Amino acid sequence: MADEPKPQAPGEESKLDQVKREVAQSQVWKSAFRHGYADTGRNRQLMILGNIWLHLHPPKMRRHAVRVKFTWCMGGITFLLFLVTLVTGVVLMFYYRPTGEYAYLDLKYLMHDVPFGAIVRNMHRWAAHAMVITVMLHMFRVFMTGSYKPPREFNWVIGVLLITFTLLLSFTGYLLPWDQLAIWAITVASNMARATPLLGHEGPFAAQLGIGSRYDARSLMLAGTIVAPATLLRFYVLHCIVVPIVAALLMIVHFWRIRKDGGISGPL
Amino acid sequence: MSETAAATAPAAAPAQPVRPPPRKKPERILGLPPDRLSDNHIWTRRDFFSLSGWGLILGALATGGIAFLRFMFPRVLFEPDPTFKAGFPSDYPPGTVSEKYIAAQRVWIVHMPEGLIALSAICTHLGCTPRWLSGESKFKCPCHGSGFTKDGINYEGPAPRPLERWRIGLAEDGQILVDKSKKYLSEKGEWGQPGSYLPV
Repeated sequence: MADEPKPQAPGEESKLDQVKREVAQSQVWKSAFRHGYADTGRNRQLMILGNIWLHLHPPKMRRHAVRVKFTWCMGGITFLLFLVTLVTGVVLMFYYRPTGEYAYLDLKYLMHDVPFGAIVRNMHRWAAHAMVITVMLHMFRVFMTGSYKPPREFNWVIGVLLITFTLLLSFTGYLLPWDQLAIWAITVASNMARATPLLGHEGPFAAQLGIGSRYDARSLMLAGTIVAPATLLRFYVLHCIVVPIVAALLMIVHFWRIRKDGGISGPL
Repeated sequence: MSETAAATAPAAAPAQPVRPPPRKKPERILGLPPDRLSDNHIWTRRDFFSLSGWGLILGALATGGIAFLRFMFPRVLFEPDPTFKAGFPSDYPPGTVSEKYIAAQRVWIVHMPEGLIALSAICTHLGCTPRWLSGESKFKCPCHGSGFTKDGINYEGPAPRPLERWRIGLAEDGQILVDKSKKYLSEKGEWGQPGSYLPV
């Protein structure tokens, strides 16, 4: 290694270096890591491009791109918060049962009896709140720096979809505690869907189309005509499976387009 | 091909390459340009199979999508029955407001001159439960002071519209049957409709 403290005579190799060399030259190692650590510009680019986890990143960064004053790092912080909710959410799923009988009891159990349950649940909750704030600040920053202009206009549209899915994650997660606040909040919010034009039973053209409360946008959302255990299960599946997967796919496109559209922030 | 033929017969005079007379280009048929057409058919075989393939894929996706949409509307709902029986019409003397079903159903049974009505006890301002003040003969909402007359018309406070009425009728056993899945709104002129009141 280059930063070995004691310079060694040529031909002399310590036991550690020998093991390192043998590992690095083994087929198992080489099948996973195709390039060595030769610290050249070309090799560093190959390291990024050849790695499935890193290839979304640009191999080179401009100096201004990492200035916090310019980007506030709001997109990165939003993604970090998404990862926090993802990990803590999966952990919570080990205890939470989305049924009318058990949902609230499991919440109480997590908060009062499960070791570290309260901190995991609160991490999930506060990271979700913070994510809504940071995603708005990110949008504000992009707007103020004019980063929505061509050729980045497509990525702005992806971003608008992402803020929508962030809010949908918050909305579907709101019901899961299954307490009075959750049930009535979703009751009030879903009542707005009654007035959806063409799709809601109290909206415009509902009478002409013969739409009743039994088959409209609101009953599709609630799995019935009131907020009931069927609603809880529906929101749980949306919250844990559908919305996160769509949001993650959009994030992949979002990050990839940053690189394709000329890098993060800065003039083109 | 012609080059190889010329190479095998080097002694021959440089023959003019024999070209078939230029074929007359077919006119556009069904909007398709001539190069997309074979000699005798509108579509090439490739076009046909390509369109068939996409048609099958999109058709399968559309069928699955429609089936999924229907799947999300179950036929049976496990919800409280929206109807309840409220005794016999003779239980409600003319001009009275009954609070008998407020606690259980949030409904007043009012005996109006035209008949019995089932008045919803949900304030049209923000959804609180108004109180019946018999001394002043009005419904008064404790939250923000909305007031309603005995037949449900809003006349004071922030409520934007009259109280709602539920469908009311008679069951087979002669009892009053209130159906809270159908409401009649004054602002839509529905209060005179059959079902919005029960003639006594």
